Amino acid sequence: MSRYLLHRLWQSAVTLILATIVVFAGVRALPGDPALALAGEDRDPESLRAIREQYGLDDSWLVQFWQFVSHAARGDLGQSIRTGEPVNGMIAGALPVTIELSVLAILVAGVIGVGAGVIAAVRRGRPAEWAANALALLGLSVPNFWLGLMAILYLSVALGLFPASGFVPFFTNPVANLHHLVLPAMILGTGLAAVIMRQTRSSMLDALSADYIRTAEAKGLSPRAVIGRHALRNSLIVVVTIVGLQLGALISGAVVTERIFALPGFGKLTVDAVFQRDYPVIQAVVLVTATAYIVINLLVDLLYSVIDPRIRVRGES
Amino acid sequence: MTTVAVPIRTNRRKIARRILRNPLAITGLVVLVLAIVLAVFANVLAPHEPTQTQLDQAFAPPGTAGHLLGTDDLGRDVLSRIMFGLRASLHVGLLAVATSLVIGVPLGLMAGYFRAIDALISRLTDLVLAFPFLILAVGLAAIRGASLGNAAIAIGIAQIPGVIRIVRSETLRLKSLDFVAAAIVEGASDAWVLGRHILPNAASVIIVQATVAIPAAILGEAVLSFLGLGIQPPAPSLGTMLSDAQQFAARAPWAAVMPGLAIMLLTLAFNIVGDSLRDALDPKASRR
Repeated sequence: MSRYLLHRLWQSAVTLILATIVVFAGVRALPGDPALALAGEDRDPESLRAIREQYGLDDSWLVQFWQFVSHAARGDLGQSIRTGEPVNGMIAGALPVTIELSVLAILVAGVIGVGAGVIAAVRRGRPAEWAANALALLGLSVPNFWLGLMAILYLSVALGLFPASGFVPFFTNPVANLHHLVLPAMILGTGLAAVIMRQTRSSMLDALSADYIRTAEAKGLSPRAVIGRHALRNSLIVVVTIVGLQLGALISGAVVTERIFALPGFGKLTVDAVFQRDYPVIQAVVLVTATAYIVINLLVDLLYSVIDPRIRVRGES
Repeated sequence: MTTVAVPIRTNRRKIARRILRNPLAITGLVVLVLAIVLAVFANVLAPHEPTQTQLDQAFAPPGTAGHLLGTDDLGRDVLSRIMFGLRASLHVGLLAVATSLVIGVPLGLMAGYFRAIDALISRLTDLVLAFPFLILAVGLAAIRGASLGNAAIAIGIAQIPGVIRIVRSETLRLKSLDFVAAAIVEGASDAWVLGRHILPNAASVIIVQATVAIPAAILGEAVLSFLGLGIQPPAPSLGTMLSDAQQFAARAPWAAVMPGLAIMLLTLAFNIVGDSLRDALDPKASRR
């Protein structure tokens, strides 16, 4: 286990370092003089020189890179060009919204995806399987931002079932908070549910024809017990794997979903920063996303090896 | 040089027959062909110019004479804009997938064939994966500006890791087969083995990957244009149509419903064709 752990940690560290270099180089590739952008309306050469001095823009790239890394490591991600607000504060305010939205979406997708997948596998060749397959295909093909628009138009505006937009923090009012997030979470979870359903169905079909299931049935266990016990264990692996694989899609989806439902999350921060050409915020957002992706993937892999011992063995050999 | 038979080529007919026996696959193919015809001949078939505004005809509901699917807030014909939007979607979809294949296939082949660079390519794949497609597109839009081409490049780059992984594992599998070993023993060069034996046999896997990647790229374009990071107005794109329509969706729901349905039908058709192609190529999977 420890060798596998070290190997994965090392891999993640290398990826993280490479990602930091990419972000740093990417920001230097931005068009225009950063000092001009930072100065805004003030084009006076004296103040431009002061800004270059303050941000170390005349230093060598190596020095600048070291500054960037050491500041980022201490949690200092700079200030917004537009508002002068520290970027950490902006991210700290936005992140909980996105995390809650994503966790709810994974929950919704897991329950629907595993449920439909098990039904499709058990009711093979019957209408229930057809319906589940058709739903999965639809879920993969529907643009979820369009689904969100339709949901707002018909469920929120026409029927008034859910609020169309806005956000209430969980600790202010948990009920209102969930009421605001149920619809966005369902929309964000659609694609994920479809992928989980397909994978659950296929792994269930594999499992149902495996010897150990026949043994369990021969022992006289009821079909419900056989499916329940073995399916649940397998489904857990499927869900964890897919969340790991689909994490990028989930992050991208969250950005769009927040945009549609006007949620003050990470996605809104990102899109606003691009339109306002707020480079320090863009740089921070990209770095935080890449770091989060690498760390969550590491956690998923470790969790995976806890659930499925075969992975551990393979990593050690 | 070598006389060892290449197995996949013999059963192309069988694969075609398997697909044509599946009514769902035929429906998907028909929808796909129809969408491609509408997109390619949009300038001939569209009843109006996609950017022509007629303010006196704004918010015409579907079925209005001359506007089969209605008009938007500026009186532009929704049907014509959808046709040109389909053209943009297919354009981005093909461009993105072509980008990912041109870069991903050689890297995948090399990663699977040469052990020495496998680890390096895997690290590069991990690196690209660490930037979710939207973040990549955001960065690219910030550096190079928002456009159709940059959206396609961002989507293409995001799809490279998937291509590399699939081609790599197929290469690993093929490399262990006898006919490849025979070619190597006969003294064939690495380039010959890769180009002549491994690539042709990996073709089916690559084709399936492409049919899955095209609809994903089309959805990606729609998302980027919806956010304003893709195709720039007034050029018609299904994504920009949706983001425009969001503002007056309560007044003219058709302007929001129709482009979304168009995207969905297009991606659905691609997904159905891709699924049946995969089942036809791998009969074991379809029997499960």
